[in-house]
Amino acid sequence: MDIIKAENLIYEYKRRDEEGNIEGIDRAIDNVSLEVKEGDFISILGANGSGKSTFAKHLNAILVPTEGTVWVDGMDSKDEEKLLSIRQTAGMVFQNPDNQIIGQVVEEDVAFGPENMGIPTEQLRERVDEALKTLGMMEYSKKSPNRLSGGQKQRVSIAGVLAMHPKCIVLDEPTAMLDPAGRKEVIRALRALNEVEGITIILITHYMEETIYSDKIFVMNKGKIAMEGTPREIFKHVEELEEYKLEIPKITLLAHELKKKGIDIPECVLSDKELAEALKKLV
Amino acid sequence: MFKDVTLGQYYQADSVIHRLDPRVKLAGTFLYMISLFVFNNIICYLVSAILLTAVIILCKIPVGYMLKGLRAVLFIMVFAVVFNVLFTEGDTLFEFWIFHVSLKGIKLALLMVIRLFLLIVSASIMTLTTTPNRLTDGLEMLFRPLKIFKVPVHEFAMMMSIALRFIPILSEEADKIVKAQTARGAKFDSKKLTDRVKSLIPLIVPLFISAFRRAADLALAMEARGYHGGDGRTKLYPLKYAARDYVSYIVLLLYILVIVFLGITFSKLAQVLILYFANTDFGNVLTWLFN
Repeated sequence: MDIIKAENLIYEYKRRDEEGNIEGIDRAIDNVSLEVKEGDFISILGANGSGKSTFAKHLNAILVPTEGTVWVDGMDSKDEEKLLSIRQTAGMVFQNPDNQIIGQVVEEDVAFGPENMGIPTEQLRERVDEALKTLGMMEYSKKSPNRLSGGQKQRVSIAGVLAMHPKCIVLDEPTAMLDPAGRKEVIRALRALNEVEGITIILITHYMEETIYSDKIFVMNKGKIAMEGTPREIFKHVEELEEYKLEIPKITLLAHELKKKGIDIPECVLSDKELAEALKKLV
Repeated sequence: MFKDVTLGQYYQADSVIHRLDPRVKLAGTFLYMISLFVFNNIICYLVSAILLTAVIILCKIPVGYMLKGLRAVLFIMVFAVVFNVLFTEGDTLFEFWIFHVSLKGIKLALLMVIRLFLLIVSASIMTLTTTPNRLTDGLEMLFRPLKIFKVPVHEFAMMMSIALRFIPILSEEADKIVKAQTARGAKFDSKKLTDRVKSLIPLIVPLFISAFRRAADLALAMEARGYHGGDGRTKLYPLKYAARDYVSYIVLLLYILVIVFLGITFSKLAQVLILYFANTDFGNVLTWLFN
């Protein structure tokens, strides 16, 4: 069964002037339909204002559709009674690590979600330790979150969601405020969660490099899904991606330019290694 | 520079007092303070001082460190002493200008200093031995009965612990803003008071804007993790009474009984003691102290 299913999803913001009168209506999401299979690693790529964050908030029932429907593991996100259950099934990690850590100690923060679910204390301990171990943060369990690096803070946030035992984790630009090292750290953790634990990952980002390992990429532009496919299918269309204001990874761009100049290499290159091997064959 | 700001200046040590349930410590400190105010006589203070000394020895915090906290209230103590000594009516020892110093005044001043000292040391022991976290938990549990009167006890406790978590973040941010505004020519170190107040505006406005933004983000993150108020929530570290907590409650009860007994029978007790030591120097001191 599909873990996430959106059908003809439309979301509109009402734009108001200073007195609160409605000035106009902005359509942030315009008729989006998509399905995500359980256990997949999905990326949603888009530039600023493409509607990708708004879409992410629908998967956790923080926003409900103006029109259309979103199902999370078969539950309609408009169903108020299923709200807690939806939030437990599809956990959410946000951009700013400082603004989503609630506890004053790492382990207390990880326990926050399960505490809300009313998990008994003995099981809480197990869940917290298990989540911290999975994310490799066990040694920091008694530390104050303020003393951690950005990447570590994001791993704590992910552990906090993991401790709720979700089937799916939605991450809304989790790396946007991190340095390159922290970014790698987080992406590695996500891949491990997906491969080892089998948790569905929905990564929302504007960094194309982060999406090369995903099973499927959706590219959003102006509230619509503009492209959809495997990384190789998507990365071929360099010109189109540039049109959507996405930054193409340097290596893909280089390969693309070489190809245009008539050098015989594969149509789509995702990593340095691949390009090096392709060039070696030519020599 | 702000990274290590802590509220309530917790002092890490491994002692029985540290491990006591915060509820015991809160209730104990509260009752202890009341006991200091109900009976104003030297015998009761003696008993209170003995209990406090026992706690100080048990809590393994260096006495010097604890007394450092007293410096802040030294002014109030001096003030109280001066006022009591100079302006109490009674058998005048000597006088000058509008002041007259009496034995009664000196006695009142002495009692006042003892009371303030006990009060402040007892309060600081509570904050020194309890982390702000446990303190919040304790307050939440103690005030839980107020829920019947629709007092949002859990919400207050949650607000307090979030505030504690954000103090270092916001102070770091204030630091950054000061640097950014200084780079643009703002003066934060002017000597004139009016200038200094004015210079706070470019600090406070951005700080508030960012605090509100953070609050909105945090509320969203809490909701996303299924927060729906205090109902049905469990805790990673629930407060649970242990044997030592019951023992402490018993000690506290005994203390109160003794204090009340001494307080009520004080005047008779005083007479007996004075008679016993009559005609000695000590007897004279007692007469002065007790009457």
